[in-house]
Amino acid sequence: MNFDFDDTQQEIKSTARNFLGSRFKPEKVRELAESRSYDADLYRQIAELGWPGIAVSEEDGGQGLGMVELVILLEESGYACAPSPLLGSAGAALVISAAGSDAQRSEWLPKLASGEATGSFGGVADGAGTLFCDLPTADVAVVFDGEGALLAPASDLDFEPVESIDATRSYATVSAPAGERLEGDVDAGRDRLAVAIAAELTGIGQRAMEMAVEYARERHQFGRPIGAYQAVGHRCAAMLLGVEESRSLTYYAAWAADAEPESLPLAAAMANGRALDAAWETSASALQVFGGIGFTWEHDLQFWLKRARVARAILGSPREHRDRVAALSGLG
Amino acid sequence: MDLTLTPSEAEFQAEVREWLEANHPGPAPEGDDAAEFEFRRAWQRKMHEAGWAGISWPEEYGGKGASLIEQAIFNEEIGRQRAPMPANVLGLVMGGPVVIAHGREDQKERYLDPILSGEEIWCQGFSEPESGSDLASLKTRAVKANGTWKVTGQKVWTTYAHEAKWCMLLARTDQDAPKHKGITYFILDMDQPSVEVRPLRQITGEAEFNEIFMEEAEVPEGNVIGEVGGGWQVAITTLMFERAGLGAVAVMGLKRSLEDLIELIRSKGLEGDPILRQKVAALQTGIEAMRLGGLRALTMTMKTGIPGPEGSLGKWQWAQYNQGLTELASEVAGPEGVTVGSDWSYRFLRSRANSIEGGTTEVLQNIIAERVLGLPRLR
Repeated sequence: MNFDFDDTQQEIKSTARNFLGSRFKPEKVRELAESRSYDADLYRQIAELGWPGIAVSEEDGGQGLGMVELVILLEESGYACAPSPLLGSAGAALVISAAGSDAQRSEWLPKLASGEATGSFGGVADGAGTLFCDLPTADVAVVFDGEGALLAPASDLDFEPVESIDATRSYATVSAPAGERLEGDVDAGRDRLAVAIAAELTGIGQRAMEMAVEYARERHQFGRPIGAYQAVGHRCAAMLLGVEESRSLTYYAAWAADAEPESLPLAAAMANGRALDAAWETSASALQVFGGIGFTWEHDLQFWLKRARVARAILGSPREHRDRVAALSGLG
Repeated sequence: MDLTLTPSEAEFQAEVREWLEANHPGPAPEGDDAAEFEFRRAWQRKMHEAGWAGISWPEEYGGKGASLIEQAIFNEEIGRQRAPMPANVLGLVMGGPVVIAHGREDQKERYLDPILSGEEIWCQGFSEPESGSDLASLKTRAVKANGTWKVTGQKVWTTYAHEAKWCMLLARTDQDAPKHKGITYFILDMDQPSVEVRPLRQITGEAEFNEIFMEEAEVPEGNVIGEVGGGWQVAITTLMFERAGLGAVAVMGLKRSLEDLIELIRSKGLEGDPILRQKVAALQTGIEAMRLGGLRALTMTMKTGIPGPEGSLGKWQWAQYNQGLTELASEVAGPEGVTVGSDWSYRFLRSRANSIEGGTTEVLQNIIAERVLGLPRLR
């Protein structure tokens, strides 16, 4: 048993940290957020690294690695708060891989993996739709309709772009289901999406915590660093607890997706539910550590905080994930 | 990342499972503390005869020499089958490992075997009425005359003191040294007139802990572990073993309690209650995160050789989730949940100590803030 990344996975992680850290510095994140746009050239570079298709099989044009590797990349993408259609594209590819027919797979997976096309996913069930991430610029979307999922070229969808508080990502709502039904194991795809979102949230929480801790060391009030007060130090310790819980649950769920699928449904619901709460609580708590400066538009924390919050409108809120945990744990 | 067991780990698991299924004696009898203790002592003897009592101890000292992962497998199996705890928990988890790590050869020969067999029970004399979280401020003092240390002072929260033959005792041997440097680690014979044990009745009504009063109690100079004045470092080792050794057991206890809670909710027909469902799911998620965090920490310890300060997270989680779980259960149980003598009322009250014993949650948060996050020393 080894509950840590192997050498290849460590290398993927450090490559991702370096690449994203140099390409998506906070000033770049701000520039893209203020123009509400993605940098097509940067996404081309991401695609050349093989990231959107990292968990797509080789016969479908991907890297043939697994959920653990995708989770590594998405955690780093959340850490950088990188504006790019990676989540929508890799997410759509997860569902198409799990539930698509041969024709659907061969039509879309090679294009999503190469970056030639980008993807999106979201829900339209019972009038209570969720946000489709990356839809306004996407070529294809997975549409959950309460009974399963449909696959539609984005041009076939009647959608409305949404200017969400998270300006680092584009979102839309869809008014009616459309597209071809995905006949395979949609639930397996959806559980993987839950893990993907949890991974990004883990990275968001990690970065918000690091920002707060660094500030608590430097900021002096009443003649000492604010991090020397227990009220602040214990707040930071609680951030670590939340981020580590989110990380442990997410890594385990990713491993289960690859190696022990029968454990995935419960593991994915736990990971997504906890990660949503932890990323929000951590970034909100970080804002409190920053005090007034953290509430200003010029401060970068807002990008992480807002992305952490909007995530609960994509694939279900913590309350919905917890209800699923209860259902899968003997409470029916 | 690979969470599957290797063939040899799987074989070990099968061996443990089979042995426990054939040998564990079922739940300990309730209501009579002395009878319960003897029941657990007999169970420990049986474990020892089959070589399981010292699961983490090296083979040369009569242990099983199990790897950290094998220990986790063992503890998980103990929990899964609801096997009782052995009697001499503190000796097995702290006393023995400290003697092995810091003791002389003659001390190893004298003390280790009776710890394993359960013949000699150990207790821990660290906390004092005036020295709780600030343990290094302890005032119990030891003075040497003619080759014998004479110890005077008071200890508190001493589990099993009334059953114990030996006490892991911290006492101040140098009044002038800085507070961490003047402390020595002794093995005190509890069986002498100048050591008085008084039961300490808790809010649960039972007396699981004791106070110890020492008035010139005698300790031969050969009963020092480590160096005179070097007791603080030895004590830190003890606490490290405590946190590492009890972590896996604690998770399994929580998982069992969660099963009991779900059963209780079902028996009341409340499984559709949306608020209960939310609370149970949050507890279950937290407990699972604690289990997985423990496994991640174990992987790190296997690589680096030493448990990191991250272990404080596990102790914190345990207190938080056990308190949350028993609060919820005692509420769901209705009048029975607050009736003296009921299982849930006992567990509910007992859990209040979880955030105090073995390091308060506040001290753990200090450790995390300072040693994991690198914040300045807190005040």
